Amino acid sequence: MGLLSDPNRRRALISLLTRLNSPICVVCYMAGVAWFMGLAFEPFTLRTYMSENAMGSTMVEERFPAGERALTTGREFSAHKKKAGGMPVDWLVKTMQARGLEVFTQRFSRKLPFPDENKERYMVKGTNVYGILRAPRAPRTEALVLSAPCTPGDSNNQAVGLLLGLAQYFRNQIYWAKDIIFLVNEHDLIGMQAWLEGYHHTNTTGMDWSPLQGRGGSIQAALSLELSSDVITSMDLVLEGLNGQLPNLDLANLFYAFCQKIGVLCTIQGKLQRNDWDSVSGYSHSVQTMMLMVMKQASGRPWGDHGLFLRYHIEAASIKGINSFRQYKTDVTTIGRLLEGMYRKLNNLLEPFGLLLTDYMLILTLLLHLTVVQALDLWVQLATPPPRTEDGITDKEQVRHTYYFRVLSVLTPLVISHLTGVALYTLPIQFQEMAVEQFPVSETEAVVLTAIGVYTAGLALPHNTHRLLSGEGTEQGWRVLKLVAVLYLAVLLGCTALINFSLGFILALTLVPVAAFVTPHVPKVLSAFILVILSPACTLLFSVFFFQELQELPVSFQEGWLLYLSVISQGILDHFLYGSLVYPLIALLVYPCWLLFWNILFWK
Amino acid sequence: FNKTLKLLMLNQWLTVRCVLIPRLKSPGVKRRFRIYSSALLVLQWLTNKDYKGGERFLVKMAAPLTLLVILSVTIRAVLYRSSLAEVISERVEVVSPLTAWKRVVEGLALLDLGVSPYSGDVFHETPLIIYLFHFVVDYAEITFMLADVITAVALYMAVMDYNKQVFRKQKYALEADRYPLDCLELIRSPKEMYYIPLKVAMFYLLNPFTILSCVAKSTCGLNNAVIALFILTTIKGNVLLSAIFLSLATYQSIYPLTLCAPALLYLMQRQFIPVNFRRVSFWWFIAQYAFMYLGSLFVIVGLSFFLLGSWDYVPSVYGFILSVPDLTPNIGLFWYFFAEMFEHFRLFFLCVFQINVFFYTIPLSIKLKEHPVFLIFMQLAVISIFKSYPTVGDIALYMAFLPVWSHLHRFLRNIFLVSCVLLACSALFPVLWHLWIYAGSANSNFYYAITLLFNVAQILLVSDYFYAFLRREHHLSYGLYLKRKDGSEATLVLK
Repeated sequence: MGLLSDPNRRRALISLLTRLNSPICVVCYMAGVAWFMGLAFEPFTLRTYMSENAMGSTMVEERFPAGERALTTGREFSAHKKKAGGMPVDWLVKTMQARGLEVFTQRFSRKLPFPDENKERYMVKGTNVYGILRAPRAPRTEALVLSAPCTPGDSNNQAVGLLLGLAQYFRNQIYWAKDIIFLVNEHDLIGMQAWLEGYHHTNTTGMDWSPLQGRGGSIQAALSLELSSDVITSMDLVLEGLNGQLPNLDLANLFYAFCQKIGVLCTIQGKLQRNDWDSVSGYSHSVQTMMLMVMKQASGRPWGDHGLFLRYHIEAASIKGINSFRQYKTDVTTIGRLLEGMYRKLNNLLEPFGLLLTDYMLILTLLLHLTVVQALDLWVQLATPPPRTEDGITDKEQVRHTYYFRVLSVLTPLVISHLTGVALYTLPIQFQEMAVEQFPVSETEAVVLTAIGVYTAGLALPHNTHRLLSGEGTEQGWRVLKLVAVLYLAVLLGCTALINFSLGFILALTLVPVAAFVTPHVPKVLSAFILVILSPACTLLFSVFFFQELQELPVSFQEGWLLYLSVISQGILDHFLYGSLVYPLIALLVYPCWLLFWNILFWK
Repeated sequence: FNKTLKLLMLNQWLTVRCVLIPRLKSPGVKRRFRIYSSALLVLQWLTNKDYKGGERFLVKMAAPLTLLVILSVTIRAVLYRSSLAEVISERVEVVSPLTAWKRVVEGLALLDLGVSPYSGDVFHETPLIIYLFHFVVDYAEITFMLADVITAVALYMAVMDYNKQVFRKQKYALEADRYPLDCLELIRSPKEMYYIPLKVAMFYLLNPFTILSCVAKSTCGLNNAVIALFILTTIKGNVLLSAIFLSLATYQSIYPLTLCAPALLYLMQRQFIPVNFRRVSFWWFIAQYAFMYLGSLFVIVGLSFFLLGSWDYVPSVYGFILSVPDLTPNIGLFWYFFAEMFEHFRLFFLCVFQINVFFYTIPLSIKLKEHPVFLIFMQLAVISIFKSYPTVGDIALYMAFLPVWSHLHRFLRNIFLVSCVLLACSALFPVLWHLWIYAGSANSNFYYAITLLFNVAQILLVSDYFYAFLRREHHLSYGLYLKRKDGSEATLVLK
């Protein structure tokens, strides 16, 4: 019990903490941010670390010869797609069967909660076609997936062509120890969701799909291919999946190693890796890449068709062929060889990928340390307004005051702000029809504007909360409320960061200063302005502009605002279609937590 | 009082009926509301009516208790109807292999097929539970809510009785001038004791842990009800019922056996039998209690045997509890330790871990000889920390007692730290589970680290209360402001 029960040492520790409160806060916050920026500095990161021995080398011989034929197949596919006005199911089934695969189809249909204006769809009906190449060398307990989306218009035909070409070539090889599933999915992620749910016999989002007729073993890894031109200049590797999940680093490293071996330019976040990390421009380049990654991960949406595999503990990535104005071009045969190499390597995988440990949590600990110090400080202030006569003994009335009556007055803002959160979560979808009848807006706009409306209406709360409170708020009252809010924030951000580090980091960066400075005694107008600027919705708005800036596609304010609206609608759709957690997290937990701080500011 | 209780039951039953029958949709809401309001009216009428002294006090408190019960039942009924119920009933923190509802259903199915429910290593509850649910399986939700309400009401009445005794004792001590002069601020006033029973019921019924446990239909709620009834009958001084409920609790999960020490101490204190090993009356009382306890245990065990026609359940229930073959992660300390251990040492550590639960009984009984109710609290906490398959429902039971010791708050040292840790750990359990099982970016060590922290926090909480309790007693006999021999301020240290 040593330190915990010796009153003298405790008193010394507590007085040290109270005296050094603000410097500790500032230092921790700065250290957290600095460490984060340090992550972009190459010597600090182990880029070439491989945890799985089987993935260690690229020593396989790639022989895929049939690039031209794949392109022809792609053109054929395009013609049939145009004729069928969508997925040419019959043609695909016939072609896959001709290549010696076991072919199955899956129908699915889904009515979106509101029309998706970005992709122009509302009632979605489609068919997935997939063929299984049975492993000749081993019991068929494991499988790999290669998928290509069938998108409307002229894009992605080459990907399907290459997929069929690879299927034909793989069929003739004898070394496969795992089933290989070739999947052509319609309506990108919705089709992928239907197929994955069918494959794993789960139904998380209430979608209609026909059960799968044929299945392979448990899926170990998956690649999703997007290719829209006959020649490419570089391959872009997309890792970010649903809820900010990332595949194992080994998969990315393996792809990078193969690209270097075969001589294909490989980009991550659309940016080439540079070797001059010690120069300023090199460092700012890697910071940009990292920030792009952080923003994409924080958004919690799948950035490629692979994104939903990660939910089932399957390592997956999307590979996008990019054709820009560079001189050096790569043909489809080379991409085919690259993929062949990848699959042969994955074929050798003996056990599931190991886990990916991160040292990110230290950064967040530094940031959250601030809230913990704040909480301790508040507790000390609450517990000892009169100087203590002896350890733990305070005025009796004071103690009773603290423990019982304040709890009730804290409960009211807590309950009300959470009810606002629930309203923010449920109302936009519930009231879209009513809003469309009353106002001249489309459904999507109605949903987004209702969400913004509820969010703004929540700002009027403190005044109403006070009317509900029986007595007037006291000094003790706001301290208890702030204590609760600060602890709430710390636990919330900690848990968020464990699941999605980037989101937790961005939220901590904006909300932790709020937690530090808010009291009812700071200048009202200025602090209210700062509080609104640092609120989750404004953070999202700035993130949209910052993201465009990072992608080197700056937008005007008008465009940015429209983009912001579409980002909100996409976020809500992601939640209802794929089960992304960002929207409920913000609406049900982060926003109410922020409202508590808003309440403290207007405490009377 | 009987009237009130009857009304309470009736009201309860009506609420349950109306809230739970799913087919009553929109007309049901109106009807339910009408029943609520009429029940409240009747209650108001009852409270306004003149009653004799003590009963009036009881009726005055019954109204808030009824409101509390209605509120908690409504919360549970709403949660039963939501999609959360299924998620909650799968959580390892809430259900253990012993208490999972899924396993009870499996046992029932086996029983219906004429197979022994204990074949197949799925079902591990006692025969009485399965026969109980054989009859009420269609009303399982009501049964679990009822169990929670019974626990809360039993604790409420027990604590009310206990507080009366504490107050009476304090009055005698004051009249006999036994307290030092500077201790007057430690004296408890009836005003602050007035709401404690209600708070106890509130701490049990509105505790998220209890709600989770009830919504998951963990049979832990039934065990808690039995233990609460045991506490009530003990505090009321009914020796026979106390022995019967203790044997029922023991039959359910073995560990409550250690509660016989505080029960004996309390009953002897009540009957003015000195705790003295040389006295015949002491041994005679122990023999009486032991006879009643063992007799009822024998009857229950025999009844189980005749219900099933075999002794299958003994290895399957008690063997399962004692030898810990199921290492599904939970909030306890066993699973990780035994998963990592070499098979060779298993038996030794099994004994060490199991003795741990029973071991604290002797020193605690000696130290808290005069305060058996506090000893019950300590024992419940020790059981819920060190038992082999703990769930959050077990924690909820001893946490319900915290308001009873609210007068100790001024002596608590780590309450802030401990409550923060408990809160953070409760939030981290599902997150780390997700990272381990679904995302694959953490492993079992992370989850166990949180389990360990959670248990350390619980131990700190309990030892903090223990320290505070002893310290208050010390102050009550030696004065509040202690001086050292040289005249400087002294501090008390628990060693």
